[in-house]
Amino acid sequence: MTTRGWEHFEHGADIGVRGFGPTLEASFEEAATALAAVVADPAAVRPLTSVAIACEAPALDILLVDFLNAIIYEMATSGLLFGAFHVTIDGTRLRAEAKGEPFDAGRHEAAVEVKGATMTALKVERLADGRWCAQCVVDV
Amino acid sequence: MPERRLNRIGEDEWEIAREGAMRVPARIFASADLIAGLDDKVLEQAANVAMLPGIVEASYAMPDAHWGYGFPIGGVAAFDPEEGGVISAGGVGFDISCGVRTLLTGIGADAITAQRERLADALFQRIPAGVGSHGEISLTPKDMDAMLRGGAAWAVGRGWGEADDLTRTEDYGCVAGACPEFISAKAKERQKGEMGTLGSGNHYLEVQRVAAIFDEDAARVYGLTTDDAVVSIHCGSRGLGHQIGTEALREMALTAASHGIALPDRELACAPIASETGQRYLGAMRAAINCALANRQILTHLARSVFAAILPRAQLKLLYDVSHNTCKEETHTVAGRPRTLYVHRKGATRALGPGHPALPPELRAVGQPVLIGGTMGTSSWILRGTAEGMTRAFGSACHGAGRSLSRHAARQRWQGRAVIDSLAERGIIVRSRSAKGVAEEAPGAYKDVDAVVDAAHRARLATKVARLEPLICIKG
Repeated sequence: MTTRGWEHFEHGADIGVRGFGPTLEASFEEAATALAAVVADPAAVRPLTSVAIACEAPALDILLVDFLNAIIYEMATSGLLFGAFHVTIDGTRLRAEAKGEPFDAGRHEAAVEVKGATMTALKVERLADGRWCAQCVVDV
Repeated sequence: MPERRLNRIGEDEWEIAREGAMRVPARIFASADLIAGLDDKVLEQAANVAMLPGIVEASYAMPDAHWGYGFPIGGVAAFDPEEGGVISAGGVGFDISCGVRTLLTGIGADAITAQRERLADALFQRIPAGVGSHGEISLTPKDMDAMLRGGAAWAVGRGWGEADDLTRTEDYGCVAGACPEFISAKAKERQKGEMGTLGSGNHYLEVQRVAAIFDEDAARVYGLTTDDAVVSIHCGSRGLGHQIGTEALREMALTAASHGIALPDRELACAPIASETGQRYLGAMRAAINCALANRQILTHLARSVFAAILPRAQLKLLYDVSHNTCKEETHTVAGRPRTLYVHRKGATRALGPGHPALPPELRAVGQPVLIGGTMGTSSWILRGTAEGMTRAFGSACHGAGRSLSRHAARQRWQGRAVIDSLAERGIIVRSRSAKGVAEEAPGAYKDVDAVVDAAHRARLATKVARLEPLICIKG
């Protein structure tokens, strides 16, 4: 069994992002990687620079939406692509480091911008096998 | 949703009768074929919208409806503030005032043919498109607020357009009641480098040929002649609108219960129009509409500069500019009584009928041009608003083809390069910075736009004037 990973899931006009892992933090990190992969292949993004992200929300699922929206905001305003994330969560407070590099049309093929993370198919939960799963649909 | 709940009440009109928590019925305009291909989620979402406070008449879905978040895309709903009506960020959408404008060129498509590659390259070079693209315009905070209040009128005042452009734009290029002070610093920051950019996804600038005319009288008034070239631009309010939508959705989802609103789906997040949350969103959303109008106006200016250099005979004159994702305060007669309603159109086009006072005098007799965007390989359409449409769905029509396949599925099925090559064989030039983006937008990933338009035409939401075929597509 894969202990951690990410995937995209179908949703009409948009795309669902899903991360799973042995811890809550790992599932958030993987969901963020799935989000980054909507824009460009995260494996092709070098961790040359990092951005600090902090959010706080009334519930874990809203925290996921806030976290993904913070990443979308950073991508939009800094011109960075991200490929790796490190997350710590204390209650419903999150701190994260997003690693990546500036978008370079010569090196990266970007498919589409992400407009925002939504509450559609939003779930942060512990699966029967003990792993955490974090997912929602993002609007592109 | 079980199909038995769907009653056919007209050739192209279906109804989910009011039941349970629904305050009004839900009505879907579509042919039997479109209904057969409709995701059940659309029906569920249309029925959910019918449960919101203050909804008037019905919750509507246009023929291109597909599964959205909260409201279906292609959803229309009007709310009365005097009956506790609500405003919903999910009912407007993230890309506030995403829309289409079509420009006449005054030259034949044959005049384009000889210069086609050159024109495509020059447009591609001049129009910032795709992920990470930035415009040449950077706004100071003061300019940003002026743009948010002034819309396309602000852009024309800065030299990016002509006064006549404004009479051919919804709301004459500027929506009243915009409140830049209700927009977060983050939303403004996100917009700083994005004025005059197309964006990505389904956004485009196309050079098109008028392939067929269906309504000679309206075509004459609109200035459309068979085989003429036109230019259409599809884009919205860029990062500013996305950030306003993101923030409002969160706030409305978290505060709905405090306003006594029970949401059947959290994505239907809304606030009473009369509440502070509702008023703040309205002010910000209207400013985002102005941002989209200004953005399309700047792109028009860029397109004009390219044509002036390559095809100086062309005179790009705005036919009309319509917005798809909005909530507008409008007066509609319901049961013989004029009422002020807040009409949400999410992935739906306003379609005012003949005689409507909001139309410029020269268009008033025929009704509003309704611009329907297709895909890079299929037709786009120009329709006209009808008197019947005003009473059937608050003066609304479809907005495009509507997706039938997800982006994920499209990327698995098509290769961008192959899509571009096959379109080139059909004489359609596509320029894009992203092969992946082209694959996601492959024409086969959309419903048949002609079938969508046929249904809107037969339901008389808006009737056919002209069909356009793509010649050049600058893909966002």
